[in-house]
Amino acid sequence: MNLIDTLLRCVATLVVFLVLPLVIGQTEHKVMAHMQGRLGPMYAGGFHGWAQLVADGVKFAQKEDVVPAGADRRVFQLAPAVSLLPYLLVLLAIPIGPDGFVGQAIDAGIFFVLAVMGIGVLGSLMAGWASANKFSLLGGLRTAAQLMSYELPMLLAAASVAMAAGTVALPGIVDAFHWWWIPWQAIGAFVFFTAGLAELQRPPFDMPVADSEIIFGAYTEYTGLRFALFLLSEYAGIVVVAGLTTVLFLGGWHGPFEDSLGWLWTLLKTFALAFVVIWLRVTYPRLREDQLMRFAWTVLIPLALVQLALTGIVKVAIS
Amino acid sequence: MALNIPGTGLAKGLAVTLRTMTRKSVTAQYPEVQPVLPPRSRGVIALLEENCTVCMLCARECPDWCIYIDSHKETLPAADPNARARTRNVLDRFAIDFSLCMYCGICIEVCPFDALFWSPEFEYAETDILDLTHERERLREWMWTVPAPPALDPAAEEPKEIATARKAAEKLAAAAAQEGEDA
Repeated sequence: MNLIDTLLRCVATLVVFLVLPLVIGQTEHKVMAHMQGRLGPMYAGGFHGWAQLVADGVKFAQKEDVVPAGADRRVFQLAPAVSLLPYLLVLLAIPIGPDGFVGQAIDAGIFFVLAVMGIGVLGSLMAGWASANKFSLLGGLRTAAQLMSYELPMLLAAASVAMAAGTVALPGIVDAFHWWWIPWQAIGAFVFFTAGLAELQRPPFDMPVADSEIIFGAYTEYTGLRFALFLLSEYAGIVVVAGLTTVLFLGGWHGPFEDSLGWLWTLLKTFALAFVVIWLRVTYPRLREDQLMRFAWTVLIPLALVQLALTGIVKVAIS
Repeated sequence: MALNIPGTGLAKGLAVTLRTMTRKSVTAQYPEVQPVLPPRSRGVIALLEENCTVCMLCARECPDWCIYIDSHKETLPAADPNARARTRNVLDRFAIDFSLCMYCGICIEVCPFDALFWSPEFEYAETDILDLTHERERLREWMWTVPAPPALDPAAEEPKEIATARKAAEKLAAAAAQEGEDA
């Protein structure tokens, strides 16, 4: 019974992991197109190009898997997996609904999630180093620098929520949530979401893959399925960051009829945040490398510290 | 002075993209939906063969010599014993090489017998450049796609041919009325 239960949770997580990034990818195709006055994919699958990403997947699978002659073969081939798998593990720990509607409830949830998410960036660093290409190396190093700068505000913002809830378990945090947490933790939510975007290297924080100057950063030498895995990990990352922001700052499954429809609320909030991710991508130009660093150190970290202090003061005042 | 709140520019940017998303996109889905072309679009040149007298004006005025005309003369027997036999031109070949044509429309302007017209039809691409020389059968078929001439302005002068015809008819009617009175 226990084995079946575990298996079922793992399979369910895997299915979510494979489906949601594609849904978000397709949404990005269409939303971005309409925000630019275009239609986006219209042919694949017949109805408004719904099968575009399936077609893309087929195309990627047909392509030759090239490893450059001078590349560090094993590291080069391993990098996409290192980049993708952490998000799968994180997804396992994100609660969808009340009463154990989660892949695996972990007591040290926030620690686990943030630590594992950091590994994903290692994939880009490995790819950048192993490609034996100066553009890739530059991209990889920029990725590493970006991770260093943005991990700190992200951790501080998450710490603020953990402090407010008095627990680091993700279901526990959602259980402790009240509506007035939203104004109370608003700064933290902003910092967490922005830092999450930066960690995913999504525009406007996509300096590491700035295609107009360093081709595609760490992913320049990749082709076929391995390249597709990197792309998939970006969209899986959107799911994870949006899901975490939902759970930590927007009250997860809280909403009308939360006993029966809690999972729907989590999904809706996650999708709304994913839409914001796409919206920001379409709207803002890329930040320069120095602007990127300055934003993290002079804006996000002070804001996160302010939020931490605010949380502490309010917490002491109400207890 | 307007209050300078940090982030207003960023918010404006977001508003622009969101507003664009709610509007209808401008993409023309061409093969599925035909484009709406303005009247008098210069798509292709159509030939109304019946009006052509082989005067060769179009071929001679064409700046890049892309019109080919072949003809011969035919002698018509005299209509009555006192008259002489008449000759007339018969069109053998009328072709336009659309790989040379620059769509200037001079041939259409210059044609004194209204045998050439602009058609908005534009889907006649070929894979071989030689196939772009279209013979008179094809040019005649394009006549069916020629739109009716735009209507005259409400205050415009009456067209000359109609005015002449009307005056002639009025004269005839007047003459008939005169005869009736006399009789």
